[in-house]
Amino acid sequence: MRNQQAVQLLSELSQPGRRASTWPDCDVPMPASSSLLPRSCLAEHPPQLPELSEPDVVRHFSNLSTRNMSVDTHMYPLGSCTMKYNPKRHERWAALPGFAHVHPLQSDDTMQGLLQILFELQQMLGEISGLPAVSLQPAAGAQGELAALLVAAAYLADRGEKRHKVLVPDSAHGTNPASARMAGFSTVTVPSTSQGFVDLDQLHRQLDQDVAVVMITNPNTLGLFDPQIQTVSRMVHDVGGLIYLDGANMNAIVGVSRPGDFGADMMHFNPHKTFSGPHGGGGPGAGPICVTHALEPYLPSPVVEYDPSGYRLNFDRPHSVGRVRSFLGNVGVLLRAYAYLRTLGPEGLRRTTEQAVLNANYLLQAISPLLPVPHGPRCMHEFVATAKVIKQERGISAMDIAKRLLDYGFHAPTVYFPLTVPESIMIEPTETESKETLDAFVKVLAKVLQEPDDLLHEAPHSTEISRPDEVRAARNPTVRWQTTPTGNNG
Amino acid sequence: MDYLFDTSGDRQTMLRALGVERVEDLFDGIPSNCRLSSGLKLPAPLGELELQQHLESLAGKNYQAAQHACFLGGGSYDHFVPSVVDSIASRAEFYTSYTPYQPEASQGNLQVMFEYQSLICELTGMDVSNASLYDGASAVAEGVLMCLHAAPRGGTVLVPHTMHPEYREVLATYLKHMQATLRVIDTDMSLLTAAELQRHIGADTCCVVLQQPNFLGQIESLQELADVTHQAGASLVVSCDPLSLGILKRPGDLGADIVVAEGQCLGTPLSAGGPYLGILACRESFLRRMPGRIVGETVDRKGRRCWVLTLQTREQHIRREKATSNICTNQGLLALRAAVYLSVVGGQGLRDVADLATRKAHYAAQQIADCERFEVVGNAPFFKEFVVRDSAGQVDALLSHAASRGFLAGLPLGRWYPQFRDCVLVAVTEKRTRHEIDAWANCLANAPVSRLEVTNNA
Repeated sequence: MRNQQAVQLLSELSQPGRRASTWPDCDVPMPASSSLLPRSCLAEHPPQLPELSEPDVVRHFSNLSTRNMSVDTHMYPLGSCTMKYNPKRHERWAALPGFAHVHPLQSDDTMQGLLQILFELQQMLGEISGLPAVSLQPAAGAQGELAALLVAAAYLADRGEKRHKVLVPDSAHGTNPASARMAGFSTVTVPSTSQGFVDLDQLHRQLDQDVAVVMITNPNTLGLFDPQIQTVSRMVHDVGGLIYLDGANMNAIVGVSRPGDFGADMMHFNPHKTFSGPHGGGGPGAGPICVTHALEPYLPSPVVEYDPSGYRLNFDRPHSVGRVRSFLGNVGVLLRAYAYLRTLGPEGLRRTTEQAVLNANYLLQAISPLLPVPHGPRCMHEFVATAKVIKQERGISAMDIAKRLLDYGFHAPTVYFPLTVPESIMIEPTETESKETLDAFVKVLAKVLQEPDDLLHEAPHSTEISRPDEVRAARNPTVRWQTTPTGNNG
Repeated sequence: MDYLFDTSGDRQTMLRALGVERVEDLFDGIPSNCRLSSGLKLPAPLGELELQQHLESLAGKNYQAAQHACFLGGGSYDHFVPSVVDSIASRAEFYTSYTPYQPEASQGNLQVMFEYQSLICELTGMDVSNASLYDGASAVAEGVLMCLHAAPRGGTVLVPHTMHPEYREVLATYLKHMQATLRVIDTDMSLLTAAELQRHIGADTCCVVLQQPNFLGQIESLQELADVTHQAGASLVVSCDPLSLGILKRPGDLGADIVVAEGQCLGTPLSAGGPYLGILACRESFLRRMPGRIVGETVDRKGRRCWVLTLQTREQHIRREKATSNICTNQGLLALRAAVYLSVVGGQGLRDVADLATRKAHYAAQQIADCERFEVVGNAPFFKEFVVRDSAGQVDALLSHAASRGFLAGLPLGRWYPQFRDCVLVAVTEKRTRHEIDAWANCLANAPVSRLEVTNNA
């Protein structure tokens, strides 16, 4: 059933003279652009792009789409990524002309509906986080981290403090230390205890007057809520530092616990995770940040404000760290988040959180006899199993298991993250999977673990390709077509 | 609950399997004083119909380019999006998938990214491209960071003030804690000349950043500026309008070392400013300093051609604080849109679009210049944007008059350039008809002038 011809590269499908677009004749009495512009800046020929017909293009990309797993077609238990169902209504609403065809530099008066949504979203995120001041501008979680760390740096500098260190737990996402570095800090790694929590003794030793920020992921990347979080916050605040909360795991606690209430000074949301923005094959996301009142003056500019005359973008923010992104941020993603929050309401959000945690615990319980879960027996929205034993006994790796799951129609869990668990398999089912699907996943996993070693080492067997040679790709990088699409054909 | 499967029966079965009575018990790990004692104070839920009606009414309050003839530009343009782009990008197999961590389950996305990278290289004249960044502004910042990382002692970054003001702001934010000095060259309303650049450039210059066409729509003499830059041992980062490359020479052929761009004009509607597409391509020598995902070709265990994420040791999930950037999520879906757009439009189509935009912009400039009140500023060659000066100095009143008559007539420049507060930046795409342009010029020509304000400004 596979169409191999249509998935050749566009450069290979190209045929001289084919076109898929016809543009109108020029309706203004002006000469060709070649006589309106100096010859020195003009290209000699049109761009050398593939020459294709419309059916070529549609069949090519349609067939490529079938070579993906997606949330609409498969369970996608990719730990830390919150691959939940993406409501179809959001797509329709984001495409409404009154949103899709608004220019971002229109005057405030001409986009009151949009500004109202953004203002209300700011307020809702402030309420969910317990951190009342919000900037919607960052384009992704990592940019939110950067923006918030810049906010922290500006705040501390205003207080005359010269703190240069950011503490990051060893189980944190790689974006944390990378963002800290971009914000001009040096990073120090905080080891975890054997239970995966922040090691308080170590933290105590590492906390000093040079510490600006401690970046916490809570629940952490093992899917555990750190019971000492308030102690951690107090210790950090006592030395004058700030707490940053990585909001990647908010799907575990929305409506149950608020970062602002357990001591966070700043955080980002990943609306594409927690509030169901489609992940788009790698993006777009968004990374709104929420901070305390004390940090509010430093947020990126502009923010949306309301006064009796209407909604306004306030650019007059003398203490702001400035912009991190052009225009108003990833409005399309924010609109979907707004729609999600308005659809669920407070009760629905809590139910969603409960179901995410129930699903994860149900899976944990069923899987732990098959693969050890070192930090069980309970978890929040995700948990980390390990293939360490089966690797020692039979040479079967986390990767082998992940690859074989693909054959049975399940996207693989996240493997080899967090780095603190050997042969880690990080599973996050989300709330939008049924009990039947979870049961089927467990059954398949049990079956896979009984299969012959070679079958697993060479898995997957049912996909178009299997075990690409990544070393070869990196050693001798080929990152573009090797033949030009036109010219060589003509 | 529209998105949940749970029935009370399922819930009970699952809780029983866990040996707990209530779902609340699963949250025992959270200390009680960290738990919310009451519900969140959020609006009550709305069903699909109600919320649609609510959103339609809010959307209806916004002016928009499908109803108002749009002459707004400044990095976001009302270009035509062929239906194929929407059709392909709304395939859920694309938009509900994620970063291709498992190449066997993601060959579709990976091949799209590879083709996107190839198309961008062809378009810009560069050797290699990454698989996308957030937007044009952060692409400028990331391009500059690549240059700074290549220059061990940091240095000065030179930017003319005709670079998009918001891009300059983002660049300044990114550079705040770097060993770098951002120096902005004031060129008034003119092109940056080689002599002017020569005056500012020095041994400490790490890179020069140019926008082509610049924020005012003018076409810079890229080759001369590249020569000056390279003679001083600095690198050249060019932020371009990808559609302009339908007729203009490629930055890669004129000496750019890194080419960045806002890719919105390649198949993405205005969307109130995002999500958009950050394009970043460069010479081969910069390959391993690039931020973000890169897709490479390889073979699988049976020798079949395939694609994978490659050179990942640059990235934050491996290199952590030593990564080339902190970027993780990118703009895959927007890169897909750009790839489909370029496939549908093709090289000749891109030339047609750019040609139409150029001619219509020049026609619009003629029409408005014929009106006594207005002057088209400067005599530099321009692509699809140009600056109009209002001799009455009543830009805000002028634009709101035009808005009330169905025109998003132009961008007031005063927000970014107080010295140009009597000026408006006008953009004309291939979508604007002669009828719309004539009506726009007519509307502006007949806009009332308030005597009071004239006196104030005089």
